[in-house]
Amino acid sequence: MSTVKYTNDHEWLKIEGDTAWVGITTYARHALGDLVYLDLPEVGRKVVKGDDFAVVESVKAASEIYTPVSGEIVEVNDNLQNNLDDLKEDINTGWIVKVKMDNEAEAADLMDKSAYDSFVEGLE
Amino acid sequence: MRYLPQTNAARKEMMDSIGVKNVDDLFIQVPKKAFIKGKTNLPDHQGELQIERKMLAYANQNINAQSNRFFLGAGVYYHHVPSSVDYIIQRSEFLTAYTPYQPEIAQGTLQYLFEFQTFIAQLTGQEVANASLYDGATAMAEAALMAMRVTRRNKICFGNDIHPQYCEVTETYLKNNDGNSYTVTEDPSKITDDTACVIIQSPDFYGKPHSYSDWRKACDEKGALLVVVINEIVSLGMLAPPTEADIVCGEAQSIGVAMSYGGPHLGFFACREKFIRQMPGRVCGETVDADGNRGFVLTLSTREQHIRREKATSNICTNQGLCALAFTVHMALLGENGFKQLAVLNHERACELADALIAIDGVSLKNQHFFNELALQLPQGKNAGDIVQQLADDYGIIAGYPADDRTILITATEITTDNGIKALANALQEVL
Amino acid sequence: MTNLAPLNDNIEDTMEINDRTRGLNYDETLLFEKEFTDTPGVDLPAAKGIKSRTGQKTREKIGIHQVSEPQVVRHFVRLSTKNYSIDSGFFPLGSCTMKHNPRINEKVARLPGFAHVHPLQPASTVQGALAVMYELQNWLAELTNLPGVCLTPSAGAHGELAGVMTIRKAHQEQGNGHKNIMLVPDSAHGTNPATAAMCGFDIRVIPTKETGRVTVEAFKEALGDGKDVAGMMVTNPNTCGLFETDIAEIVDLLHQAGGYFYCDGANFNALVGKIRPGDFGVDVMHINLHKTFSTPHGGGGPGSGPICVAESLKPYIPSPIVVKDGDDYRLEQDGERPTSCGRLKGYQGQFGMHVRALTYMMSHGADGLKQVSEDAVLNANYIHAMLKDDFHAPFEGPVMHEALFTEKYQKENGVTTLDIAKGLIEYGMHPMTVYFPLVVNGAMLIEPTETESKEELDRFIAVMKKLASDARNGETEKFHNYPVSAPVRRLDELKAAREPKLRYKKDAA
Repeated sequence: MSTVKYTNDHEWLKIEGDTAWVGITTYARHALGDLVYLDLPEVGRKVVKGDDFAVVESVKAASEIYTPVSGEIVEVNDNLQNNLDDLKEDINTGWIVKVKMDNEAEAADLMDKSAYDSFVEGLE
Repeated sequence: MRYLPQTNAARKEMMDSIGVKNVDDLFIQVPKKAFIKGKTNLPDHQGELQIERKMLAYANQNINAQSNRFFLGAGVYYHHVPSSVDYIIQRSEFLTAYTPYQPEIAQGTLQYLFEFQTFIAQLTGQEVANASLYDGATAMAEAALMAMRVTRRNKICFGNDIHPQYCEVTETYLKNNDGNSYTVTEDPSKITDDTACVIIQSPDFYGKPHSYSDWRKACDEKGALLVVVINEIVSLGMLAPPTEADIVCGEAQSIGVAMSYGGPHLGFFACREKFIRQMPGRVCGETVDADGNRGFVLTLSTREQHIRREKATSNICTNQGLCALAFTVHMALLGENGFKQLAVLNHERACELADALIAIDGVSLKNQHFFNELALQLPQGKNAGDIVQQLADDYGIIAGYPADDRTILITATEITTDNGIKALANALQEVL
Repeated sequence: MTNLAPLNDNIEDTMEINDRTRGLNYDETLLFEKEFTDTPGVDLPAAKGIKSRTGQKTREKIGIHQVSEPQVVRHFVRLSTKNYSIDSGFFPLGSCTMKHNPRINEKVARLPGFAHVHPLQPASTVQGALAVMYELQNWLAELTNLPGVCLTPSAGAHGELAGVMTIRKAHQEQGNGHKNIMLVPDSAHGTNPATAAMCGFDIRVIPTKETGRVTVEAFKEALGDGKDVAGMMVTNPNTCGLFETDIAEIVDLLHQAGGYFYCDGANFNALVGKIRPGDFGVDVMHINLHKTFSTPHGGGGPGSGPICVAESLKPYIPSPIVVKDGDDYRLEQDGERPTSCGRLKGYQGQFGMHVRALTYMMSHGADGLKQVSEDAVLNANYIHAMLKDDFHAPFEGPVMHEALFTEKYQKENGVTTLDIAKGLIEYGMHPMTVYFPLVVNGAMLIEPTETESKEELDRFIAVMKKLASDARNGETEKFHNYPVSAPVRRLDELKAAREPKLRYKKDAA
């Protein structure tokens, strides 16, 4: 049984055991507009919560994507490089990296869907 | 004052529209102490005739390459630029245009940048090139920084005799972050897993052409990048292009751009396609417009600092626009055969110069192989700097660059004449 | 009498023209798409056949194109017709100072005694060149009241780097390694934080949203106890075109905390000849010779960005600078000033631009330069006053040399800043700076400069009013199609970024 959490940097995480699948939410995807490139990390990279691990570029802007949890990147979704349209809030296909977490408690502190939805409403 | 079109009547009308009595009312937020009071030490306005006379007087104090015997190179070269180049670059639409951020009304600039990038890629044997950088020295520094970004390492290796100023500039850029460092070694086996890149200059600072297979092997073993620096781009008309390199950069001033006491010059930067998103500087790309017709735009600008801010790949805002145009026009005039022939003429003059110089007692050439620059070794007891000064003072000859106490770098290009070579050889004979 | 062929009215004459050249609008191919000529566009003497001593096999084929001189000239002349320029018309780019580029500057820069002189010649052979640089150093010092001047940086961003490096070196020499923060307002141009980061500083942002200016309160909060603050990077007048009214108090606080004030000189045109930055507390400032001092923009360069510093920072500026020994000029030697932050560029700077800038300064003189800033500020205020009913002006006047508007009113009908910009192109003008500064939505930053007559300003105002009126009338579709009359229509920047094609390849599809 997996849980899905959200951050106020507009990332989502699907937690399966000790691994977190990380992606970006519809709000973020909309804000970016037409995408031109995604800069992905290498498998094996160690990250600390808050590190930027990927960069997504549109024509006029580039945005870092931050990891909400510390750990090791064990899998990277290379398919996204050539299929930028798949980068969306889909917990099965839209994940960017899978992180083996050092400290599962970091994930527990994040927002659930209803809290995130309220957060987004507050922004608009 | 000839550059100020506003009339007093118009000024008054405008102030009325704004609702102020005099122009100082518009400066009310400026603290009083910051206003200039009374006269400064600066003169008032002058007409063209007065200024021309004054500046001509300054210019006439300088020994220039056009009217005197000239053999100085060391990274900046005196070549002949065909007349058409200067007329093209002085066209208003090129000279007074801005950076092509509104591409619909800047297709002229964008198309020549595309042609420039193509020429650079073709000359260097690389896949892509940018729209130019400030000069060769900063191009090399940018190459080092890029290699560090790509490899995530922070050590640079200078692998042969590179122009000292280029090394200084690279060191200045490296110093800004602790943890960066550089080593100097000519031994490929000395590079390590911490090495981001090896930098090789060819021809090197003493004029010797190099090849790269040993360095390429060493870089492949250690995962480092190979950077080749070229500061006499005419050499690519005879020497093999550095296709083994990951980055080729340097100075393109030799084509189209005057020496102008050090600037503006023309840095160039080319690399493998897989690195384009890490390449610094402006880049022009081909696309289509709303009617499906071909057009050009600045692209990949998300790497630049006005968008990435703290995370920018470098802080270069500018390319050398008009200098890049001068290069492109000159290259277009030279073409395949002209460029190769230009290189051969340079080399032949250097061969003739070499023969004339080594006929002098006591001198020798440091390198038996060269393109157009010779490293002349003086006899014991003679100081290169003093000799160069003496040749300038007593003979009016700009003889070369004192690379160290006993070595003068002496260059020949297509402008070097038989009489010039004789004059230099005779003068040297006399002072030594 | 010969039998003429019978006239046949049914023969169709369909010679196809496969380019879009009409009237004086040329459809010009790439140089490489023309036919390769037998001989190049230069005539060089024949080679003598001397045996090669390069030690390498001579390169056989490069693969570059070849055409004759008339073809080259025609090619580039046609390209030039597709460019807008200051010589063509109004160029109100905020923060860029697109003023007239005098041609005497070009004539003087081309004198053989300036153009054909090598940077490494012995000083005794280039006294005239060194004198020009020394005189330029003096003019800049006088105009800013900042006595330490270094002419080497190649452009504005380079000058910024020089300025921040100078600050870093000053702190290092004083043992202030703990001072690693640079304060930067959120309205700053992107080069500011990029430069600070390149020099190893961390940034702390000073918010400016409501007033467009840095307030003392906002500054105090960002400053904290000041212990870790190395300095602040502020443009003054700022990127909203406003003079920072609280600057005196802010600078005092900064100086008390041991920080240095770096002022981005992009907007010096509002002050030149009338107001001196050294007198409102600036410690280091870069000057854009290609903005305030009329050296041509050249389609993106070359520029020149010398820095001027206060007495206390003189020891740390980059090298080399020009010094005077008695009556003789020379460049500083390597190692002569060990406290310098280092060499930033080969040789001694963009000398060709130094010559042009000095010629310009001499042309205007002290009296002319004062008139320059006054007219620049007057022109901007006129535009501000005349357009503030049609466009949303987020901040109260008076403004300095540029006026800021936002897309707020036009957005109500779906017309954006970008659409207004493309509309200006349609009416034969270069757009203003758009989407900068970032502190307002859909910024339009207009800098007319002093070299525009009231007549030109009135035409600009009329066009802007028309565009505003069309937006009010809901003609959104028309805007999305602009421009229709330029050499090309709107370009697909997404395609360019997704499928980068950065060079010509013969076999490319």
